[in-house]
Amino acid sequence: MDLTWSEREQAFRAEAKAWLTANVPAEPLPSGDTREGFAAHVDWERRMFADRWSVVSWPPEYGGRDASLWEWLIFEEEYYRAGAPQRVTQNGIFLLAPTLFEFGTPEQQRYWLPRMAAAEDLWCQGWSEPGAGSDLAAIRSRADRDDQAGGWRLTGQKTWTTRGAFCTHLFGLFRSGPSADRHRGLSYFLVPLDTPGVTVRGFPRLDGDEGFAEVFFADAFVPDSHVLGEVHEGWRVAMATTGSERGLTLRSPGRFKHAADRLIAEVAHRHPAATDALIERVTGVWLRAFAYQQFTLAQVSQLIAGEAPGARSSLNKVYWSELDIELHETALELLGMDGQLDNEWSRGFQFSLAGPIYAGTNEIQRNIIAERLLGLPRK
Amino acid sequence: MRFAPTAEQQDLRIAVRELMRDRCPSSVVRAEPDDPAINGLAEEICRMGALGLLVAERDGGLGLDENYLVPLMVETGWAAAPLPLVDSIAFAPGLLSHAGYSDGPDYRKRWCVADPAKRAETRFGQPAGLLLRGGFGGTGAVQLVDLDTAVRSHLAAMDPSADVHDVRGGQELAIVDDPVLVRQAWQRGVLAAAAQLIGLARHMLEMTVDYVAGRTQFGVPVGSFQAVKHRLATALLAVEFAAPVVDRAGHSMASANPGADRDVSSAKALASEAARAVGREAIQCHGAMGYTTEYDLQLYLKRAWALAADWGSASWHRARLAGHLGMSLTGSTPAG
Repeated sequence: MDLTWSEREQAFRAEAKAWLTANVPAEPLPSGDTREGFAAHVDWERRMFADRWSVVSWPPEYGGRDASLWEWLIFEEEYYRAGAPQRVTQNGIFLLAPTLFEFGTPEQQRYWLPRMAAAEDLWCQGWSEPGAGSDLAAIRSRADRDDQAGGWRLTGQKTWTTRGAFCTHLFGLFRSGPSADRHRGLSYFLVPLDTPGVTVRGFPRLDGDEGFAEVFFADAFVPDSHVLGEVHEGWRVAMATTGSERGLTLRSPGRFKHAADRLIAEVAHRHPAATDALIERVTGVWLRAFAYQQFTLAQVSQLIAGEAPGARSSLNKVYWSELDIELHETALELLGMDGQLDNEWSRGFQFSLAGPIYAGTNEIQRNIIAERLLGLPRK
Repeated sequence: MRFAPTAEQQDLRIAVRELMRDRCPSSVVRAEPDDPAINGLAEEICRMGALGLLVAERDGGLGLDENYLVPLMVETGWAAAPLPLVDSIAFAPGLLSHAGYSDGPDYRKRWCVADPAKRAETRFGQPAGLLLRGGFGGTGAVQLVDLDTAVRSHLAAMDPSADVHDVRGGQELAIVDDPVLVRQAWQRGVLAAAAQLIGLARHMLEMTVDYVAGRTQFGVPVGSFQAVKHRLATALLAVEFAAPVVDRAGHSMASANPGADRDVSSAKALASEAARAVGREAIQCHGAMGYTTEYDLQLYLKRAWALAADWGSASWHRARLAGHLGMSLTGSTPAG
């Protein structure tokens, strides 16, 4: 065990902290899941990009700093500590980009990555369909070959697409082969949303913001250059991004540690003489956030030693999503009727309820844990 | 930054694991306290130098730190070794050295039992010659008592293999009231108990996975049912998120981190709860099979229950943690 940061890492932290202190908006931005809030968040993303903070772990040629995993964790810690805005670009940066780095052609990487880092292209994820949620391989949206035009024609519907009404591009899975094959015959497409034949309809989430969209495809043409990975190999390509969504990249420990610390501050502020029951809950939340942080430190050490996280990322996903709900339920308990008003905690609470659902429900994650980590029989 | 054991810590873990697999099967956990197999195990542990793990080399010990204590205790906990290991290896060394008991040729053979809460009770007292009374919560004085001169009577307990005794009187040999040493001894005892609970939880989970994978009902293994899978996935989550906190607490103690007390309490709270939660799922998923003393699960289950309550319960440590976080409870503190 060596829990000290190197000089280089300390310098990186100091630089990140200084930049965030100077640049994080004093007043919170309006929700990034509304049209005007989204625009304000895109401005913020562009400001981060201008000073090379939008994609710290990427190579410099795409706007990054080649940050190590440790430096990435440091950046996240400082980001949440500074109370910086939500990342409306996260679906592109954290879900699509790892796949582009792994499966993209050099041309695709050179074209798409810098535009993503600069928040010129704003990406949403097109996986779920009305008939395909946890059972993602049940998707029915089709991609039909158009040899003459050198590409594919997309038909069908995607739904629950986060911020789809405000984004410019969608990455999604479409059935390019016979549907009986389930996991086979799917291809991974990169689709500009202004393509003729694509229609987007935003609709409100639980909190009332227009954070969701349905995306309809009616004979929408995409060229061969917009297929990511091999044709018909989309399932394998997509699974690479589910790994990053569930695992480290989307939910860094800094986020929960910071929220738990804020909760403790809220106790001192609102209830200097809080009840023991309340203090016990707040202590429990802090403890779980602390445990998540220690787990992550061990996990990053394993990653750096070359061990792939594999199914262990399901442990992260279940743990942080349940922690997030407990954290916000405790906050609402603390706030009393103030929790009924629109504020950071009540919004966070509503969003936390989505955690055990998206990126594979926690029921599916527990199946994965039982079968792949404990070795219980599938049937 | 590297949150992982060193090769030496890994080697120690493997050596202890092999010793436990070899010399501490469930038949030894079930044995009477004076059974030769338990004495044999005690001698092997002495031969490894484990009693001197935290003792300076100049005093004849191994001169290692709490980063090594954790894997040793995880593995002995896995086996439910029926010896006062937390007392002798973790709690005693600093106190004994201070009281001048670290010299002498038979130091490594000096087994102790601890009674930090002054309950006048000991567990696994058979090999011990010394009783260490007091020190609960890391405060007050610890009295070193000659156990041979004390009045001992057997107490019936949930876990018969723990050899619980009521212990009164006994000649006082020394008293240690150095607050730094008492606090360190207490924290080491808490840390070691937390580590043993991790081992116990892992063992119960392994037994349960083996059982539900093999047990067939309705023509399929019961472990293929989603209800069973989800219970055991939840059990694994409890262990996997407690274990790194125990490792962290060991490191905080070894590096004299000012947050060590907070980390040790975090570790014991989570490890106690993990072991209880796993035990609960283990007995449920074993069906009637786990509900008999003829099957081994109960050995580990009862050990876990007692150890979860010993060295401060989860509630006690959560109350302590709340204090470290700047929030204090107004009501009465949970019993020691």
